Amino acid sequence: MFKSYLLGFILSILLTVAAYLLVVNNMLSQGVLIIVILALAVIQLWVQLIMFLHLGQETGPRWKLISWISTASVLLIVVIGSIVIMNNLNYHVPSDQEIIENEGIHQSH
Amino acid sequence: MFGRLSLEALPHEWYTLGAVVSLGLGGLVAAIFLSKKKLWGWLWNEWLTSTDPKKIGIMYIIVALLMLFRGFLDAAMLWFQQAVLNGTSYGLSADHFQEIFTAHGVIMVIFVTMGLMFGLMNYIIPLQIGARDVAFPFINSLSFWLYVAGAIFLNLFFVLGGDFSSAGWLAYPPLSGLEYSPGVGVDYWIWSLQISGLGTLLGGINILVTILKMRAPGMTLMKMPMFTWATLCSMVLIVSTFPLLTATLVLLSLDRLIGTHFFTSTMGGNPMMYVNLIWMWGHPEVYIIMIPSFGIFAQVVSTFSRKKLFGYSWTVASLIAVTLLSMLVWLHHFFTMGAGANVNAFFGIMTMIIAIPTGIIVFNSIMTMYQGRITFGTPMLWFLGFVSTFSFGGMAGVMLSVPAIDFQVHNSLFLVAHFHTMAIGGALFGIFAGFSFWFSKITGFKLNEKIGKAAFWCWIVGFFVSFVPLYVLGFMGATRRLDQYDPSTGWQSLFIISFVGLLIIATGAFLQVLQLIHGFLKRNENKDLTGNPWEAEGLEWSTSSPPPDYNFAVIPGTNKIEEFHMPKNTPIGIYVSGFVFLVGFGAVWHIYWLTALGIIGAIICVIIRALDEDTEYKVILK
Amino acid sequence: MSHTETHERSLLGFWIYLMTDLLSFGVLFATYAVLSPNTAGGPNAKELFSLPFVLIETLILLTSSFTVGLAMLAVFKQAKQQALIWFGVTFLLGLTFLGMELYEFNNLIAEGASWERSAFLSSFFTLVGTHGLHISVGLLWMAVSMVMIWKRGLTPFINSKLTRLALFWHFLDIVWIFIFTIVYLLSYV
Repeated sequence: MFKSYLLGFILSILLTVAAYLLVVNNMLSQGVLIIVILALAVIQLWVQLIMFLHLGQETGPRWKLISWISTASVLLIVVIGSIVIMNNLNYHVPSDQEIIENEGIHQSH
Repeated sequence: MFGRLSLEALPHEWYTLGAVVSLGLGGLVAAIFLSKKKLWGWLWNEWLTSTDPKKIGIMYIIVALLMLFRGFLDAAMLWFQQAVLNGTSYGLSADHFQEIFTAHGVIMVIFVTMGLMFGLMNYIIPLQIGARDVAFPFINSLSFWLYVAGAIFLNLFFVLGGDFSSAGWLAYPPLSGLEYSPGVGVDYWIWSLQISGLGTLLGGINILVTILKMRAPGMTLMKMPMFTWATLCSMVLIVSTFPLLTATLVLLSLDRLIGTHFFTSTMGGNPMMYVNLIWMWGHPEVYIIMIPSFGIFAQVVSTFSRKKLFGYSWTVASLIAVTLLSMLVWLHHFFTMGAGANVNAFFGIMTMIIAIPTGIIVFNSIMTMYQGRITFGTPMLWFLGFVSTFSFGGMAGVMLSVPAIDFQVHNSLFLVAHFHTMAIGGALFGIFAGFSFWFSKITGFKLNEKIGKAAFWCWIVGFFVSFVPLYVLGFMGATRRLDQYDPSTGWQSLFIISFVGLLIIATGAFLQVLQLIHGFLKRNENKDLTGNPWEAEGLEWSTSSPPPDYNFAVIPGTNKIEEFHMPKNTPIGIYVSGFVFLVGFGAVWHIYWLTALGIIGAIICVIIRALDEDTEYKVILK
Repeated sequence: MSHTETHERSLLGFWIYLMTDLLSFGVLFATYAVLSPNTAGGPNAKELFSLPFVLIETLILLTSSFTVGLAMLAVFKQAKQQALIWFGVTFLLGLTFLGMELYEFNNLIAEGASWERSAFLSSFFTLVGTHGLHISVGLLWMAVSMVMIWKRGLTPFINSKLTRLALFWHFLDIVWIFIFTIVYLLSYV
């Protein structure tokens, strides 16, 4: 049990510092960097879920695992759904500020 | 010292004075009755502080019915305005009209259907699964009192402030923002939903864990009654989506309280984000109130056809499919907000797809009747009413799911007719079916069938007379939320027919009240002595009517007679809700020391409860 | 009904509650993602955040998640003194984290970059502030728990509640992983 916590702790430190160094030292191109640090975050999430929260180790029906998967799915729908929809809406229905910026309108005062 | 609360907030309009007087008189009558019969102690000890889900269930139903009365009056005022007062000088002001339809929506969706639903579930679910209680009895009591606190916020403006939200039941910004609604109305709306929403979320967790963990031995998931399955799905939806409502309301209240810019029209805010977020909750919400009725109908049709439900596994699979799909359709509520064709098409298609498992559920219920020995008890009539109404409204829904059609009828009376068809024909008829089905179990006496059937016929006829004209008016171009329209449109005759429908429905409701009073007066002649007057299947029918406090002396499926523990009554649910009420009240009126006091008080109560090790008493059977 | 059954039920109920809490955070993350470009002519993330400072904050919170695990190991061994020590360490680390966060907020507000400045800042303060509020609740819970362990010892009644406290604390670190990544790291990319 102690080993589980210690391993989880060390892995988390490594994952955190790795992401930090990659960003601060600008070690990858922008697109790749974004994907990599998000991936590192997701990996650390799983490390902590398993090592600290002991996910998947319940006796009996695995309701905790099922409710986690369900929550994660809804989270993805909420976050990604909002980003996609709002992006689309902002493109088709821009705010005044966006119109002024994008159309290069100059206001004389 | 008192924030923005001043003497001006006291009632001075005809409706606020009228409401305060009626509430006051009603309260006075109740207080005198309780004092004369020395029932205060009984009320407090037996009911208000109870942790028994059967008692909590009945209290939910009583509060929900009181709210139904007010919601119905609100509807009547709207109808009267449109049918009769339009164009005259006696009409309601535009602002007042808007407050009424806002209140009507919130009352019906949040307080009536959810309250009636939770009431029935609290009573019936433990019985159906062979349990003695829900998983967390204290939290159950807390959930109920939070619901009551929310209901008080909805009605508080009558007493203080005179001004409810005029921004519709979902309060879109920027209208609901500080700039356009600076008064207390929207704040009352926010806290009403926030507090009752918290109660609902806790209730959802409670019933979910109850069903997952407290079924009698041998009752596997695929042996559960259909009402339990439907409740399970509905609770999963509550747990998945009410947090979205909570967070979104927090964002709106931050905009109103501390000057953030989430949904303002300047400084980077985006009101469209609110619409997106609120419907992510809003759509699943309507399935939350709809799905349990599917379960009730499945049980009713099976009982009254004397046949097992046709396609049990397919019905379960379809309930699950509807639950999952309901999380993927929310954009159909704002097709016209301006998203591109691809996005609209995706959600249009998803909305059409959800009609398939819904259809399977309805068809399985109908197929159960085939070659059955059918009797037409009142619950069965409600089912048949559901089949005709819900299918009708459902087809309108499929039409609306096509973005191109929706562009024509969005926010018209066609839409209003559609969602009322689903809510009344689906959710409400289901609740009525459940009531007539389980009434004798809950009270110990049977209701008069003749009055019940007459009430049903008034409802179904009244419903069609009310709402078919609205479908037509929608096609003719009438929009929703209209307090005035030009008489030259020729719409008034249809509005009048619709109003006549309302009167027929009102007769039906009156008959239901009559049925209750008559039943109560004649209760000794109509006792339910067998515990199973409909000869139905299910564990709840194996108990006496009403069941004892502990539901089952011996847990079904076990042969052990053992001593067990039952939860003690506690007033802490009431106290916590009281403090939470102060939090909201302080926030509404900007009395910040009161908010702080409420937070501290609630936390102290929770800590006291958490550290209390003496919360159960032993029951020894002889 | 045995104590284990009650404990299992309470644990599942609490877990599901944590899932709902995650979902509310989800809304705040979605809002941050959508509104963070809207700086309304005011300062943006890159100009405002100090990554080294946040790294230290992050490592402190991570360590506290580890130490609360050690506290629970002590609880399972019924080692009362050890449990109190590790909960105490966790509490101090958590308090330090909170202090650093309040320091950061204070500086931002002093510079004029408060939640009223733009939608971006509104989302930032709400997302990070809500996490900070949860940490505060966790600290209060931990303080009360430590007093109870000291007065009543490690009874099954208290152990059950401590399990849930540890779950809560771990979960807060998990949320922070994403705040660190999405709010702070991504601002520099």
